[in-house]
Amino acid sequence: MATKEFLFAGFGGQGLLFSGKVLAYKGLIEEKNVSWLPSYGPEMRGGTANCSVILSDEPVGAPIVLNPDVLVAMNLPSLDKYENAVRPGGIILVDSSLIGRKVQRDDVDVYYVPATKLADENGTGQLANMILMGKLLTVLDSYNEETVSAALEKCISARHADMLEFNRKAMEIGRNYTE
Amino acid sequence: MIVFDKPKSLTDVPLHYCPGCTHGIVHRLVAEAIDELGIEGKTVGIAPVGCSVMAYDYFSCDMIEAAHGRAPAVATGVKRSDPDNLIVFTYQGDGDLASIGTAETVHAAARNENITVIFINNAIYGMTGGQMAPTSLPGQVTQTSPYGRDVKACGYPVKICEMLSELEGPEYLERVTVNNVRPDMNAKRAIKKAFQNQIDGKGFSLVEVISSCPTNWGMTPKEALKWIDDNMIPYYPLGVYKDRSAGILGGKKEG
Amino acid sequence: MKGNEAIAEAAIQAGCRHYFGYPITPQTEIAAYMAKRMPKIGGTFLQAESEIAAINMVYGVASAGKRVMTSSSSPGISLKSEGLSYLAGADLPALVVNAQRGGPGLGGIQPSQSDYFQATRGGGHGDYHMIVLAPSSVQEMAQLTIKGFELADQYRMTSMILADGTIGQMMEPVSFDFDIKEQPAKPWATTGTKMAREHNVINSLYLNPELLEKTNIERYKKYELIAQTEAMAEEYLTEDADIIIAAFGIAARVSRNAVNEARAHGIKAGLIRPVTLWPFPSAVFAKAADHAKQIISVELSMGQMIEDVQLATKCRVPVSLCYRVGGMIPTPDQVYQAIVEANEKGGK
Repeated sequence: MATKEFLFAGFGGQGLLFSGKVLAYKGLIEEKNVSWLPSYGPEMRGGTANCSVILSDEPVGAPIVLNPDVLVAMNLPSLDKYENAVRPGGIILVDSSLIGRKVQRDDVDVYYVPATKLADENGTGQLANMILMGKLLTVLDSYNEETVSAALEKCISARHADMLEFNRKAMEIGRNYTE
Repeated sequence: MIVFDKPKSLTDVPLHYCPGCTHGIVHRLVAEAIDELGIEGKTVGIAPVGCSVMAYDYFSCDMIEAAHGRAPAVATGVKRSDPDNLIVFTYQGDGDLASIGTAETVHAAARNENITVIFINNAIYGMTGGQMAPTSLPGQVTQTSPYGRDVKACGYPVKICEMLSELEGPEYLERVTVNNVRPDMNAKRAIKKAFQNQIDGKGFSLVEVISSCPTNWGMTPKEALKWIDDNMIPYYPLGVYKDRSAGILGGKKEG
Repeated sequence: MKGNEAIAEAAIQAGCRHYFGYPITPQTEIAAYMAKRMPKIGGTFLQAESEIAAINMVYGVASAGKRVMTSSSSPGISLKSEGLSYLAGADLPALVVNAQRGGPGLGGIQPSQSDYFQATRGGGHGDYHMIVLAPSSVQEMAQLTIKGFELADQYRMTSMILADGTIGQMMEPVSFDFDIKEQPAKPWATTGTKMAREHNVINSLYLNPELLEKTNIERYKKYELIAQTEAMAEEYLTEDADIIIAAFGIAARVSRNAVNEARAHGIKAGLIRPVTLWPFPSAVFAKAADHAKQIISVELSMGQMIEDVQLATKCRVPVSLCYRVGGMIPTPDQVYQAIVEANEKGGK
């Protein structure tokens, strides 16, 4: 991997920024150059939100991801907006419990995960984002339990230590999910 | 035997104030209070923009010249830089404190910032040549209210002590004047108390001094002193408006 | 760590124990960080009633000789400009952060570089400058904050960190392994005479015009010295470059991608990234003008830094502008296209 650019997109409140953070910290722990850039503004809750993450062996240039290698879409407007921006040969991960349609392109790998539904069924309520993260790392073949765990510990404050296990569990669900 | 001497906290620089102006008296009272409390070496004064802009030359403690109206904010910074060792006072006129610096005044009071504020209210902008002040009386003729202050067009005077006394924050608010010997001594007591409160860590203490401006009022010094009694004090009654430690909480109380 | 947080943490490490601010997007993380940390280390965090009050509280602490800072974003910096002028007039050291957003007026909350003129020319009234530092990474947010305090103390003037919403909001790894110099003594500060010296006066009022003139001329000698010794720029692949990009902050990061793209297509492109915007690294541009065919100024403004590039190169080389404004950011592709066009035109 020289440089991989990720875009997480969906509604505010779905934990997209958190997903990006976990991925960035995992990269940092694995001694990559990383950047994490959220969209910011009055759209913190409920509106559209997205988050750019870059992992690279080289120093990161522009931190804004316009043409992602990987798109994680958690609502329809995000898929509509970014589907065509994904680089050919890239990956699109779709939360299929929230997005009814299929990806139109045939030059990218697409994975449909009903993450929100899985989260509800498995009692990990809000953690659809981490189910998708589990799947994402699995398809990228970079699910390293040790660094994943360390990244989660970095992103979850000690005050919410009880959430650690929930997040691990959600990621496992994603890891084991097959269509 | 010396019975009357210049306070040590004043420098030898001759004051530039007009004949009959009461700034000189108030400078002296502030300096006497500093001398008597033995705090000159730890005091930092903040001068305003207005007639007393050059107060930094007159007081022998460390002095800072602030932007117009910002003295309470500057004082907040200075005080918080070393709250246990510095005594900080601002010296401000009515345009500075009650017009352009109203927000800084109100919020320093609301925070009960542990500073001393000396507020000179002479109902006019002196330095710029006699324009209407926020405290000019209804009907008062000034350069910018040539037909008398029309309250329909430019509103009513701002009564600082009354206004601040509604706040929970401030420790001590008193209005005094310096137009005769007895009131002068009363003003001295109030100013000294305002510094003592700071030494005791009690918080925001403001003394409003009803002052004269014979030059811009267009009067002789003597007429001006009488005008204070006849016109200013009826509109701005003297007294303690708040003294939390003495149980006087808000609303006007005769002092 | 976020860029804004890196500024706050670096300030604390530089010995700043006083922060005054007023909420405004997109820099509020700095205030939030200070609100959390200052009470625990015996410092002061105070949310002032206005930007005007905040900068004057800064003036107070600076007068008393302690390291102090405030932060804001474009509209708030306009309000602080009065205080910036007074800080300059009284020769007081302070650090001010501007996380720029689009303007004029309320503008927007997305990143911008359109306060370049305001920052590099002083912003408030009167003849004066601030040292203006332009970080382009989270690491530099921290590093230049410390540098900013050191330069401010050394020259008794305001340092401004001219950042933007993107660098403030983005997260990158940052190391705080800094060699922080000891703070210099400040015998001029109003710390109380202790009855052991003449009174110190902090003042910007000079009613005698001859004295004011002399003071200003002396201050400009200091600025001249700073211009000669403190200008900083990073050069990237400029040595043999035909096309040189001039860009700072987030624009420089975007441009770096474009330069790489151009090199991959056999175009000799390079990048000069001013790290200090005042003093402007004119010498670096003057040298580049010896061999470059064209310079492209990439900005998040309608063309402000471009004037300094033209001045620095004495218009010996054509200088063109590539920009987005209003909170938009040029894409690497847009900059690359500008490079291709410039290369085809050939320039001088």
